[in-house]
Amino acid sequence: MSTLSAGHEDHHEHGPAKGLLRWVTTTNHKDIGTLYLLFALVMFFIGGAMAMVIRAELFQPGLQLVDPNFFNTMTTVHALVMIFGAVMPAFTGLANWLIPMMIGAPDMALPRMNNFSFWILPFAFTLLLSTFFMEGGGPSAGWTIYPPLSLQMGEGFPFMIFALHLAGVSSILGSINIIVTILNMRAPGMLLMKMPMFVWTWFITAYLLIATMPVLAGGLTMLLTDKFAGTSFFDAAGGGDPVMYQHIFWFFGHPEVYILILPAFGIISAILPTFARKPLFGYSAMVYATASIAFLSFIVWAHHMFTVGMPVVGELFFMYATMMIAVPTGVKVFNWVSTMWRGAMTFEAPMLFAVGFVIMFTIGGFSGLMLAIAPADFQYHDTYFVVAHFHYVLVTGAVYSIMAAAYYWLPKWTGNMYDEKLAQIHFWISTVSVNVLFFPQHFLGLAGMPRRIPDYSVQFTDWNMISSLGGFVFGVSQLLFVYVVFKCIRGGEKATDRVWEGAHGLEWTLSSPPPYHSFTTAPEVR
Amino acid sequence: MADLNARSFARVAIVSLAMFGFGYLLVPLYDIFCEITGLNGKTGRLDETTVVARYQPDTSRLVTVQFIANNNQGMPWEFRPLEPSMRVHPGKVYSAAFSARNPTAQDMVGQAVPSVAPGKAGRYFNKTECFCFNQQPLAAGETKEMPLRFIVDPNLPAAVTTLTLAYTMFDVTLIN
Repeated sequence: MSTLSAGHEDHHEHGPAKGLLRWVTTTNHKDIGTLYLLFALVMFFIGGAMAMVIRAELFQPGLQLVDPNFFNTMTTVHALVMIFGAVMPAFTGLANWLIPMMIGAPDMALPRMNNFSFWILPFAFTLLLSTFFMEGGGPSAGWTIYPPLSLQMGEGFPFMIFALHLAGVSSILGSINIIVTILNMRAPGMLLMKMPMFVWTWFITAYLLIATMPVLAGGLTMLLTDKFAGTSFFDAAGGGDPVMYQHIFWFFGHPEVYILILPAFGIISAILPTFARKPLFGYSAMVYATASIAFLSFIVWAHHMFTVGMPVVGELFFMYATMMIAVPTGVKVFNWVSTMWRGAMTFEAPMLFAVGFVIMFTIGGFSGLMLAIAPADFQYHDTYFVVAHFHYVLVTGAVYSIMAAAYYWLPKWTGNMYDEKLAQIHFWISTVSVNVLFFPQHFLGLAGMPRRIPDYSVQFTDWNMISSLGGFVFGVSQLLFVYVVFKCIRGGEKATDRVWEGAHGLEWTLSSPPPYHSFTTAPEVR
Repeated sequence: MADLNARSFARVAIVSLAMFGFGYLLVPLYDIFCEITGLNGKTGRLDETTVVARYQPDTSRLVTVQFIANNNQGMPWEFRPLEPSMRVHPGKVYSAAFSARNPTAQDMVGQAVPSVAPGKAGRYFNKTECFCFNQQPLAAGETKEMPLRFIVDPNLPAAVTTLTLAYTMFDVTLIN
């Protein structure tokens, strides 16, 4: 075990190694954070390209561009790539960069394992994407991989399962590292209730990950043995039950959606006080609200399954439990609003994305409340209303928070200011187009358009065209983000150490860019 | 510090390994939960001596029991109930039968999986004998009558006047 953590003692006083091998062998939290973020960016565009295929096919009714199975492959792999390849690695990358700097630690607690958990990912996603070239094509049963449909997949099936196993191992190891770092590596005086919100939200997220990713791994292993080893976990003929898969999957799946949003809450809680020039309103309420959301996430999973034929008592329990989550989430939203209340606000790009997050994430939260109403869900289930709901919380929620974080901390990471004007243009084009893209999908869903179908009835044409146009603009405008990021990495106006006038926290006491090894002697925390 | 980190690592890693086990534990838990609550259309199972000892026939009440036979996707058997429905007194043992024919040129094995609707009445429907308890082999072209004995629990809520027993026939030839 000691070999796992021996890495950081032996490279104290020197900078990064030379050449490309640096990135393969690095155990430095900043390097690994960068690798995670770049990987997530590449995956964001691969998943985004699939979304463009989906929107192009749905531009008009009828089958235009791709055959239905390939369309279903696009929806499935788009989701898997965006969830496991883009959003989760981006958050892990931010955690790697920021947590040691925020708690005054020299590095992550287990640096060699950190390298390992990153380098699993490219292999996992190469495996997943390689299924496109196999007999039967890529996975097309939806990201939830429900049997018996998913068991009918072609030769790519075991590759998809192993890819997800690998991605799961990667995020479990990454989470263990984060938990151990936060528990053991805090600078003297950095008490738990003094930690920045981003550290707190990631601490809780990491616990969610180690508690639920193994359950997904179990469910996936059962699928694998059902297909190849003659077990009948989900096969009714052998005494199994396909509905049980849904219970196992959503026992993982619901905490998973909080894994995708809790770190975002932490980011927003860091950015709003900076640009409102006021401390975060209700810090301890924010911590307890995050913990409550995490706890409640374990007892609401069956609200994804209202239509499987549950007894009324079950529907009522899961309906009320789900609605209870609105309470701690509401605490968060109101605290953010109170943080901004009477603040001396300025609207640089990170603040724009953060305010955009608060407004649009709340829209997604409200449509989530609508979906939680069990009797109403029978109409909404598996329609575009659900698609609109989770894209509001994941795109204008999670992805917006990641972009806010990128703009907020890029000057710290690179030592250069990003191009503020282009960043604001990026925000406005994205925000207008993302609403043109997803808002009409509410109407489509309420009118009855089912999700995951390549064709639709003609009355849905207008809103689909509008949605597709929004989608194309949103897709292209993300190239601007890449341009701004790389322009900032290459140079620009020098950033000060504090970067933002209202920024508080240990990371802002370091130089911009921070030294390769920071806090080799623990800072003093007041 | 390295030792401390290794200890913390081991502790958290054990949690995630335990959760992998918990994923598998959900399988028996799910069955137990369905059995206790009578969910999932699972029927009760009694043998006839228990039935005679426990229940008095309730001749004042008649309940309709409907029979439905389905084939799972790709299953070629001709599978149907001999009678579509029966009127029964709760507390009395009845027999019914389904017939199945294997129209193919191969010997096959089928497994019928039962389900009772309405779901909350499932546990009041007891099968004392059923072809669904075992796999059913049928030679190429063979026809077979498959018996079933059942009893409706007199405690069946008065609001329930019709019970539907549906069987789905699965092809398990390759699983054997």
